[in-house]
Amino acid sequence: MSLLEIESLRIEFPGEDGQLVAVKGVDLAVEAGEVLGLVGESGSGKSLTCRAVMRMVPAPGAISAGSIRFDGADVLSLDTSKLRDFRAHSVGMIYQNPFGSLNPTMRVGAQIAETLKVNRGMKRDAAKAEALALLERVGIEDPEHRYRAYPHELSGGMCQRVMIAIATASSPRLMLADEPTTALDVTTQAQILKLLARMSAEEGMAMLLVSHDFGVIAQACDRVAVMYGGHIVESGPVETIYHEPEHPYTKALLNSVPELDSAGNVQRRAALAGHPPELSDVIPGCVFAPRCEYARPGCEAVSMKLEKVGPAHDSACPVRPFADANSKAKAEGVEA
Amino acid sequence: MSATPVTPADVAGPPLARPRRGVRSRIKGWPTSVKVGGVIVGILALAALFAPLIAPYGPNEIDPFALLQSPSSQHLFGTDDAGRDVFSRALYGLRLDIVLCLLVTYVPLPFAVLVGALAGYFGGWVDTVVSRLADIMISFPFIVLVMAIVAIVGPGIEGFLIGVPIAAWALYARLARAEMLIVREQPYMMATTALGYSKTRAILKHGLPNVIRPCLVYSTIDLIGNLILLAGLSYLGFGVQPPTAELGGIIADGQGYLLTAWWIATLPGLVLVLFGVGVGLIGEGISDRGLERGER
Repeated sequence: MSLLEIESLRIEFPGEDGQLVAVKGVDLAVEAGEVLGLVGESGSGKSLTCRAVMRMVPAPGAISAGSIRFDGADVLSLDTSKLRDFRAHSVGMIYQNPFGSLNPTMRVGAQIAETLKVNRGMKRDAAKAEALALLERVGIEDPEHRYRAYPHELSGGMCQRVMIAIATASSPRLMLADEPTTALDVTTQAQILKLLARMSAEEGMAMLLVSHDFGVIAQACDRVAVMYGGHIVESGPVETIYHEPEHPYTKALLNSVPELDSAGNVQRRAALAGHPPELSDVIPGCVFAPRCEYARPGCEAVSMKLEKVGPAHDSACPVRPFADANSKAKAEGVEA
Repeated sequence: MSATPVTPADVAGPPLARPRRGVRSRIKGWPTSVKVGGVIVGILALAALFAPLIAPYGPNEIDPFALLQSPSSQHLFGTDDAGRDVFSRALYGLRLDIVLCLLVTYVPLPFAVLVGALAGYFGGWVDTVVSRLADIMISFPFIVLVMAIVAIVGPGIEGFLIGVPIAAWALYARLARAEMLIVREQPYMMATTALGYSKTRAILKHGLPNVIRPCLVYSTIDLIGNLILLAGLSYLGFGVQPPTAELGGIIADGQGYLLTAWWIATLPGLVLVLFGVGVGLIGEGISDRGLERGER
């Protein structure tokens, strides 16, 4: 049994003419201690899926179908006090905007200590000592000094470290990281990812890392799930997805990642033509078909069901345009 | 470029965080308007606080042999038609005014902010009820409302003390509500949910401190407004009753003598103006400081 099991999750928003479906039947499982990446464009539903785990889908949106099980317990049926307990102790969450995530009117030390006092029932002095230890652990130099700092006195990377300290204060078994490095520069980004990976390894804490950046995912994750238009289109181990993508969308997404050696090159990587589907668009069959260069007649009738295409590797594309090339590459890899 | 030696300090730039600043360096960072306003208000407030020590005469001490005397070293602000020392009366008057205005401004403020913040946080019917009540209070002419209440409870400071909070809460509630609509969408408010904090904790500890600043800025304007309102009510005979010294009352008494003894109305009036300017400067400074930090 996985630590987190999401089954056919559906999230809807009321629209002017009928419901808008933002997440359309997502299946996802996070094993204990595993780092799972969730990658996709803006509006693909990846953040919503992440928030749904905490039952924090922003109103007026709501989870309309599906189930979320954490450690075997049904999250969607928890009553208010159990839900608060679940949020406080089982799952931690960090967000995209490190500055906005901290209360600007409270010293950062007090914010960490508050979590320890409220969620772990610590006394004042013990909470302070533990908060200092946490600051040290997330790699903040001179913790005594920073303890008394206000968020605006810290850099973005430091704020994110403080946020990680708060989120891990009650040793959650799952960390939801919603674009934790998007607002940071690349050097800081790498440090934060390293820190998250270290915390995850030390604590045996699983992590769901949401990002639009394949580089971030590659750096930090064991497995990756690719989302498009409210569906998961492909999932598998990071290496497999990178080298042998089966879904045309994954392939297009990987192709659009610029590389340093492409600078000055006239033939830049091709951006994917077209736009992701609007929430109001109801696309029968494959949601990616309208933008897919490998689309065939019949693609608009297939269901978006993930099919096994390899060991721990699933794809929602029945056409499998790269299957031959991939198996050839694999065969060559074996020979070499 | 000359060969100026580059020190490590130049390269490192100013340190990012320096939370343990001394009080003196903090004051140094304040806008000039706050400093100037602070000095004005400070001096007047101290003078008012220590009025019994500073005032050379009692506020109601009558000297039949010194009627309507012009300002002199004996009587800094001169004397009025009953031979009372206007300077002493102005000090005692300012004292009463400040106390009353602080009361009517800052006692209802926390309640009003809380009500507004709750309305903003929860929305729905709570918001509807609070907002419509506030609309009703705001659409009512303020002075007329206070005068109506004074008419019910009778002249004297009770009318002022009851009337102003009844009318004034609405604006604070509205400000706090608007601010809470912004604050509740901030990631740190979302974080309180994600951390499993109670709603009470989220609102009181993380919401209120972030919505209260515009209310504090507005309260400085309100404080001046209330001061002038109290003076105006006393002037009209609805506020503080004679012979109690109160700036508005003194000005009302003195207006009959504006041509023959200008000092009775003018000098206490200047004290009132000066105090108002001081409080206004502080308020402006606080709101500027918010802008400087790029908070809005």
